[in-house]
Amino acid sequence: MKEGFATALEKSLVSCHSCHLVCQASAVHGKGEMICPRCGSVLHQRKPHSLSRTWALVIAAFIFYIPANVLPITTVTSLGKAQSDTIMSGVIYFIHTGMWPIALVIFIASVFVPLVKLFILIYLLVSVQRKWQWRPKDRTRLYRITEAIGRWSMTDIYVVTILVALVRLGGLATIEAGPGAIFFAAVVVSTMFAAMSFDPRLIWDSMETNYE
Amino acid sequence: MSTASTIACHECDLLYELPALPEGSVAKCSGCGAVLQRHKRDSLDRTLSWTIAGLILFVVANSFPFLALKSGGLVRETTLITGVVELYNEDMRSLAVLVFLTSILFPVVQLAGMLYLLLPLKVNRLPWWKPALVFRFIRSLQPWGMMEVFMVGILVSMVKLAKMAKVVPGIAIFSFAILIFVLAAAASSLDPHLVWNRLELDS
Repeated sequence: MKEGFATALEKSLVSCHSCHLVCQASAVHGKGEMICPRCGSVLHQRKPHSLSRTWALVIAAFIFYIPANVLPITTVTSLGKAQSDTIMSGVIYFIHTGMWPIALVIFIASVFVPLVKLFILIYLLVSVQRKWQWRPKDRTRLYRITEAIGRWSMTDIYVVTILVALVRLGGLATIEAGPGAIFFAAVVVSTMFAAMSFDPRLIWDSMETNYE
Repeated sequence: MSTASTIACHECDLLYELPALPEGSVAKCSGCGAVLQRHKRDSLDRTLSWTIAGLILFVVANSFPFLALKSGGLVRETTLITGVVELYNEDMRSLAVLVFLTSILFPVVQLAGMLYLLLPLKVNRLPWWKPALVFRFIRSLQPWGMMEVFMVGILVSMVKLAKMAKVVPGIAIFSFAILIFVLAAAASSLDPHLVWNRLELDS
């Protein structure tokens, strides 16, 4: 076999998702599931129902994104006065007080990254479904980026957790987490699952069918 | 059933016959540029030592307060778990569980799992209980351990609170900071192909 000129799919081989062992795909098309002889996970040619699962998770994330930004993520009670903050009002507060590096960190992690990630995933989904031929290598790279950046959105959730733990100074001030934080966590988790359920090999599959 | 050195790119499915890689070299897919395999120097020894260091630091980071807040005569100290407990008491259960899993449980399970696998392999034995299942499980936890993100969270909160009261960093924050690098070193010195091959050969 010359290297790099046939895909595992064409040779009826299947590569294990978790340990990357290449196996014969004999039983995969039958009714029974095929199990990887090395690590024991179920083998699939491609991630199962990749497109529909990714779409579902992307749409869910978009829905969560709205309450995550509209509802308060923290409520500060200081000397009997309560003030609620959303993600954006927190960012604006930091800009006004001159702490723009912190404002930038929170804006990128909480607003920019989740949105960029969702739009890239939608672009990849559409490009696979429409069998676009445009630069598969760059699209694979885009996928790699979305997979890597998602975790950093958790920053704000951790900030809320730490503030809640620290600020409980007698009657002086308390900070409570708001419902927005739950929705925001849901955005982060569902976009992470969405990136995991997308199979980048689909980008290349549609290239080959059109080339032949 | 399986061919040992055959490998399919996990991102574009191209097949390769990989020869044994020289030390420290990387094989990349010519189609999409993904890293196929990376030969790590002394992978087993290095990962094992980073893992042990990580576990020690993890215990320190969780046993001591990492931040204290001073305002007037009041001092409030907090350990990693305090925030989780407070969220839980506030009826933010789902949030508390998520933070607990990603910043405490998953990282420690991963470290303990690596120790469980690598220690026997080091002395040429096979871990006694389902090593393949354990390795598969801790590999799948990889994206969900987010201690380095938590560190950024600590820094942001320190700046945020600096206006309200005096923030005093505790012992745990330093061990936590070192832990981030130790975890990164453990992850990058691990060669999963090597571990899978060893588990397969010995079984």
